[in-house]
Amino acid sequence: MSIIAYLIAYVAIVVFLGAVVAKVMAYKKLPQHVRWELYPVAHEASRAEHGGSYLEDVDWWKKERESSMVGELKVMIPEILLLKGVWEHNKSLWWVSFPFHFGLYLLAAFAGLLLFGAVLHAGGVSMVPGAGGFAGLVILATKILGPVAYVLCGLGAVGLLVRRLSNREMRNYSSVGHYFNLILFMVTLGVALYTWRAYDPEFHAMRGFVYSLITFKMIKFDSALFATQMLMIFALMAYIPLTHMSHFFMKYFLWHDIRWGDEPNINTPEIDKRIGENLGQPVSWAAEHVHADGKKNWVEVASFNPMRPDGNEAE
Amino acid sequence: MSKKFVQINDISRDTPQLSHVDNADLMPLPVDFEEPEWGVISDSTKEEFACILDDTAILPIPRPKTPEEEKAFVELFLSGMEKLFTAENNWTFLAQLVTTMDHCAKCNTCSTGCHIYEASGENEMYRPTYRTEVFRRIYKKHIKKELWSDWRSGKLDLTWQTVARLGELAYRCNLCRRCAQTCPIGADNGLVAREIRKIFSQEMGITTPELHKNGSMLQLKTGSSTNMNSLVVKDNMEFIDEDIGEMTGYQYETPWDVKGAEILLIHNAGEILAWPDNVGAFAIILEAAKKVGLIESWTLSSDLAAYDSINYGVFYDDVQYARTALLQAQAAKKLGVKKIVLGECGHAHKALTVIADRVLPAALLTPRESCFPLLRDIVMSGKIDFDPSRNDFPVTLHDPCNVTRLMGIIKPQREIVHKLCPQFREMAPKGPHNYCCGGGSGFAIMSRNNIPDWRHKVAGRKKLSQILNAFDDCRGPETPKYVCAPCSNCKGQIRDIFDRYEMKDKENMIYSGLVELIVNAMTDVKEGFIKWEDEF
Repeated sequence: MSIIAYLIAYVAIVVFLGAVVAKVMAYKKLPQHVRWELYPVAHEASRAEHGGSYLEDVDWWKKERESSMVGELKVMIPEILLLKGVWEHNKSLWWVSFPFHFGLYLLAAFAGLLLFGAVLHAGGVSMVPGAGGFAGLVILATKILGPVAYVLCGLGAVGLLVRRLSNREMRNYSSVGHYFNLILFMVTLGVALYTWRAYDPEFHAMRGFVYSLITFKMIKFDSALFATQMLMIFALMAYIPLTHMSHFFMKYFLWHDIRWGDEPNINTPEIDKRIGENLGQPVSWAAEHVHADGKKNWVEVASFNPMRPDGNEAE
Repeated sequence: MSKKFVQINDISRDTPQLSHVDNADLMPLPVDFEEPEWGVISDSTKEEFACILDDTAILPIPRPKTPEEEKAFVELFLSGMEKLFTAENNWTFLAQLVTTMDHCAKCNTCSTGCHIYEASGENEMYRPTYRTEVFRRIYKKHIKKELWSDWRSGKLDLTWQTVARLGELAYRCNLCRRCAQTCPIGADNGLVAREIRKIFSQEMGITTPELHKNGSMLQLKTGSSTNMNSLVVKDNMEFIDEDIGEMTGYQYETPWDVKGAEILLIHNAGEILAWPDNVGAFAIILEAAKKVGLIESWTLSSDLAAYDSINYGVFYDDVQYARTALLQAQAAKKLGVKKIVLGECGHAHKALTVIADRVLPAALLTPRESCFPLLRDIVMSGKIDFDPSRNDFPVTLHDPCNVTRLMGIIKPQREIVHKLCPQFREMAPKGPHNYCCGGGSGFAIMSRNNIPDWRHKVAGRKKLSQILNAFDDCRGPETPKYVCAPCSNCKGQIRDIFDRYEMKDKENMIYSGLVELIVNAMTDVKEGFIKWEDEF
C-alpha cells in the first residue's frame, strides 16, 4: 500500500509539472498575435492611475517608455491574493470564491512548510513533535496552517457548489465537470481534515511522507486512511492543470502578454521576424472575396485588391 | 412573448425566435420617454433570411431551404471554425482566442461590465458569456474533439439554428471589450464575437452590407466607403475650405499630397460629408500651428484608401483589415511623410496605430499617432490665443472605446477641455472604464430593417443615461449643452439617439467633436463656430 501511494505521488508530481510545462510551451509556441491590450495597463508607471499609455505623447516613438514592475505588482498582488476584480464586480460571488482561492494559497504555503520541514529533517534536524527552536516554529506553523487551509478552501468549495447549483445564471453555464471538480475538492479536503483529526494531528506522518518522497526512502506506513488522503491529494494536484483551473498559472500570460502586451514594433527585430513568419503562412479561407487557394500566403492575399485586380492607382 | 430565461441549448431549438426584449424590461432612463414598439421586419426579409434570434435582424443569413442546405450550412461553419483555430489562418488572434476558450471560469463577472446586457433588462441571450459558451461547446466537441466533452464542457445540440443565431448574436456586441476588462482571468468575450463574425465573413461569405459591400469593398474600389474617389474628395474639401474660410474669416487651403510633409492627416471621410466643420476645424488648427512654428507641414493624401481612415475590417474580417491598412501604410511611404496622424475616428486609431503594428512589417510602418496629443500640445503651447468664455456652456466628454480603453489615450483630450471649457464635467464612469456609445463595431452606420430600434433602445441606452446624468444640474431646454464626442462613429450614433429621444428640443443638447470646441475658442476666428441650431 505504501509503495503504491509513493508511486502514485511521483506520477502525480510528474503529471502536474508536465501539464504545466506543456501548457506554457503550447502557449509560447502560438504565433505572434496582434496587439490587443486593454487599459489601464499596470506597468505604465505614472500613467497607470488614469489608465493612460505612452500613446498620450506626441512622437511617442522617440521617447523612452516608462515601465514599472512595482506598478504591476500593485495590481497583481491584490488581484491574485484578494480577488480584487471579483470583489469590485461580483461581490456576492466573492464571498465564496475568495475563501476557496485564498484557502488554496494557504494550502500551497502549507505544502511548502511540509517540504521545508522534510528538507530540514533530511538535513539532520529533528522534526519530531515537541522539537524546540526553529524546527519547533516550523512544526507549529504547519500545524496551524494546515487545518485553516483545509477549512477555508473546503468551505469555499462548498459555497461555490451551492452557488453554482442555486444560481440559475451560473447553473446555465456549468457543466458536470464543474460540479465534479468542486466535489473532488470537498471530498479530498474532507478526508484530509478527518485524517488530521483522527490520525495525524501534528502532520508528522505527512511530513514523513514528503521526506520519503524527496529522499526516495519510501518509508512504510500502515494507515489506510492516511494512504487514501495522500492518494486523493496527489490525484487532485495532478488533475488541476488538466482543467480550466490551469488559469492559476496561465493567467500570467493572459494578463502580461495579452491584456498588458503593449510593446510597439520599433527596434524589436524578434517581433518583426515573427510577423514575417506569420505573413508567409498560406491562407485557405473559402469566401470569394478572400481570393485564397491554400497556397497564396498572407502577403499575396493582403496585397491583392479584389475590387481593382489591375492595380491601385488613383482614378 | 414575455421575458423568459434563455437556456444554452435553446439556441439550437426550432423556434421562431430565441428571445424578445420587451419595453417593460428595458433599463429605466433618467427621463420619461415612451419607447415605441419594435419596428416590423418585412415578411419577405423573414422568408429570405434567418431572422430567428430576437426582435431585429442585422446579419443577412440566407435561410436554408432544404435539409441538405441546412447540413451544408452547418458544415461550412465548422470548416471555418476549424480554420479559426489554425496558426496559418488565424495567427492574428489565435493566442487570445485559445486562452479564452480554455480558461473561462464561467463566473459571469463579465456581465456586470456589459451595457447591452444591462440595458436589455439583463436578457440572458445578451450576456457576454452566452454566445461564448455556445461557441466554446461547439469548439470543444467538434473542433478540439475533447474527450468526454459533453461532460467536461457542457452539452449542446448543433443545428442550423445554432449556427444562424450564433452568427446573428455576434452582431449584438459593440466589441467595446468592457467585459474583457472586467474579467478576473483575462478571458475576452468581445473578441469571440469578432471571431464569429470572421468565420461568417472569411469562410461563409456572409457579411453585413454596410461593413462589407458598401464598406471595406467600396473603400478598396473607390478609396472610401463614402464612395468618394480622389477627385470628388478633393473637390469637396475645396468647397469646405471656401465655406469654412468664409464662415470663420480664417483663410486656408487644405494641402494635398505634399511630399516629405511632417504630418499625413487621415480623416474618417464620413466627416467630410456629414460633419465638414470637423475637417475644417482640423485645417484651421494645423494651419495656425504651422504659422507659429509648432508644426512644419501637413498634408492629406489622395491615394486609394489614404484619405479615408476607416478600416471596417477591424470589426469583422482580417483580410479586409490587412488590405486597407496596407494601402494606408503604402500611401504614407510614397509621400515620405514623417508620421501619420489619425483624425477623430476611434476605430481608425486602433486599426492603424495599434493593430497594424504587428500585421505590417516594420519596414512598411511610418510612425502613427493620435490627433489628441498633438492637439493638446498645440492648445497648451501658449502660442495660440484662446478665449474660453466662448465655450462657456456645459460640456461633457464621451470617451470612444477604441481611443481610451483600447489605447490608453485619456488625458490629452481632458487637458484641452479643462482649459477651454469652463463648465466641463465628466461622465461617470470615464476614461478607460467608459461605456460604448452603442454604435461601436459598425452599428452606427446600419439602418436596415429595424436595426435603429435595437441600437437606440438597447445598445445606446446606457450612453444616453450617462449623458443625461452628466447634465443633471442643468437639465431642460433653457441651458444649451454640448456633448464632445471625438469619433465619427460615436457621433453618428449619438446623433441618432439624440434625434430619437428628442434631446435637442427637450434638453437643448448638441453633440460634436473636440476640434470644434478648440476652434470655437480661438480668438483668430470669428465667434460662433459652433452652430447650435444647425446640428440637427
